[in-house]
Amino acid sequence: MLEELNKIKELNLITDNKIFYSAFFLKEHLTKLVNELKNNETLSFNQLIDITAIDHPSKEKRFELVYILLSMKKNKRVVLKTHLEENDNIDSLTEIFQASNWYERECYDLFGIKFNNHPDLRRIMTDYNFEGFPLRKDFPLTGHTEVRYDDVEKKVVYEPVKLTQEYRDFDYTSPWEGMKKGIDDHSEQE
Amino acid sequence: MKEIEVNTTTINFGPQHPAAHGVLRLVVELDGEVVERAEPHIGLLHRGTEKLIEYKTYLQAVPYFDRLDYVSPMCQEHAFALATEKLLGIEVPQRAQYIRVIFAEITRLLNHLLNIPAYAADIGAVTPFLWCFEEREKLLQFHEAVSGARFHAAYFRPGGVHQDMPEGMEEKLGKHFETLPKFIDDLESLLTNNRILRQRSVDIGVISKDEAIEWGCTGPVLRSAGVPWDLRRSQPYDAYDKVEFEIAVGKKGDCFDRYLVRIEEMRQSISIIQQCLKQIKSGEISVIDNKITPPKRSEMKHSMESLIHHFKLFTEGYRVPEGETYNAVEAPKGEFGVFLVSDGSSKPYRCKIRAPGFAHLQTLDFLSQGHLMADIAAILGSLDIVFGEIDR
Repeated sequence: MLEELNKIKELNLITDNKIFYSAFFLKEHLTKLVNELKNNETLSFNQLIDITAIDHPSKEKRFELVYILLSMKKNKRVVLKTHLEENDNIDSLTEIFQASNWYERECYDLFGIKFNNHPDLRRIMTDYNFEGFPLRKDFPLTGHTEVRYDDVEKKVVYEPVKLTQEYRDFDYTSPWEGMKKGIDDHSEQE
Repeated sequence: MKEIEVNTTTINFGPQHPAAHGVLRLVVELDGEVVERAEPHIGLLHRGTEKLIEYKTYLQAVPYFDRLDYVSPMCQEHAFALATEKLLGIEVPQRAQYIRVIFAEITRLLNHLLNIPAYAADIGAVTPFLWCFEEREKLLQFHEAVSGARFHAAYFRPGGVHQDMPEGMEEKLGKHFETLPKFIDDLESLLTNNRILRQRSVDIGVISKDEAIEWGCTGPVLRSAGVPWDLRRSQPYDAYDKVEFEIAVGKKGDCFDRYLVRIEEMRQSISIIQQCLKQIKSGEISVIDNKITPPKRSEMKHSMESLIHHFKLFTEGYRVPEGETYNAVEAPKGEFGVFLVSDGSSKPYRCKIRAPGFAHLQTLDFLSQGHLMADIAAILGSLDIVFGEIDR
């Protein structure tokens, strides 16, 4: 199986994690690559399990977009990853896998990644008229607005978040590194 | 020539509707009584679980999984525990593996014992609902006995399970699961050959093999379409490779097949539990590494070392080596997966939850086209939708 994957030249750095293979690709190759993985008879990755992203704000290409595919024939999974800049777009998979429709909407909603040619790229999880992308690391845990029912206006009103107490982030990590491996090996330290 | 005006009515179904199984808002376009388009609006129960988990230690993240699909809590803890264990590189002791399988199957029974009568109630049969709730209550007592809570158990923890089963529990379980098959027979006598149930569910919401795979369907929905795919068999975890069971497969992929698959799965679950009870031996219930699992309370009373371990585990938590993994379990609703990324600290860097219901609800528009408005309730019921996991 690994040999077959190695033959596909769009895939880089293929690793075998026992439960799944993981590999990187360039975003331009997405549709071609997924088509190949789906229609290749020996591989036949016929189910798109999920699409998600990881945010690394400090990196130049901050998003790592992750596609998880499953091959029922070979009983193997593959995790495909690519790097995106903040304003990068990527092609939609809706023409290859119907299931990607909502997965991509979720990615757009929570990370702000835009998908080209998506038939209906709207927010899905968050409230109507929501602003911001909650799963980005620079979005605060408490959000920006809160809602309450206003008895005078007789409707639900949106207000900026008021915290009655500061968000308490306890740092329990001790400065003690503890015993490192090989500490008994004095020859190394001296 | 007369001009024909096409008149479609748009109606709003939910978000507060008893057949919506939670807070689903459906915008349905109808031509007369025939559905042209059904567009789900979800997210009304979005609580930002994935964001919250990024701010909690691995142990504190466990209870969030109970609150996703709140009718099958333990199966979801299972996925998270497996993913964390994979990153930590530890293997759970035998007894813990069996306990986990027993309780994962009890959870599956609980889920199906809610879904089947709820589905039946959606299409007109009220009696099974009360019957099944009685049985569920008996099963929930087992949950309570091991974890102290009926639903939000937080029982499967990375490294094993929280505590051992109380004394005499195995016999009690054995006795209970001797009588349960009789109940399922009774339940079937009410439903399977019931004319109304058949009229409302046969050939309703049909999905073919290829379509089911294409739309990302898993679990009973996929199996009812005729694909014998079950993660317990194909990618076994914990003690599932040591028990024998059959995979229930449907033929047509309609609502009735989905109902039948669930009924058969309950019988198989009972058989799995009985096999586990025969094979289970006494032993440790979690890894004995105090850097991951807390020391026993009795030890803490006289050992300084244990006290420090306990304090560090419940404040800082344990550090998980850098890496990422995707682990999936066969939850009662389908493939429930956790994509976990660790940056080497004691909190997950990213935890993506793959909920089976999310993919299933997406097919609703496709399944309900051309059916009557009343069939939407039947299709929704047969897909087994719970909003805790879909909205996350």
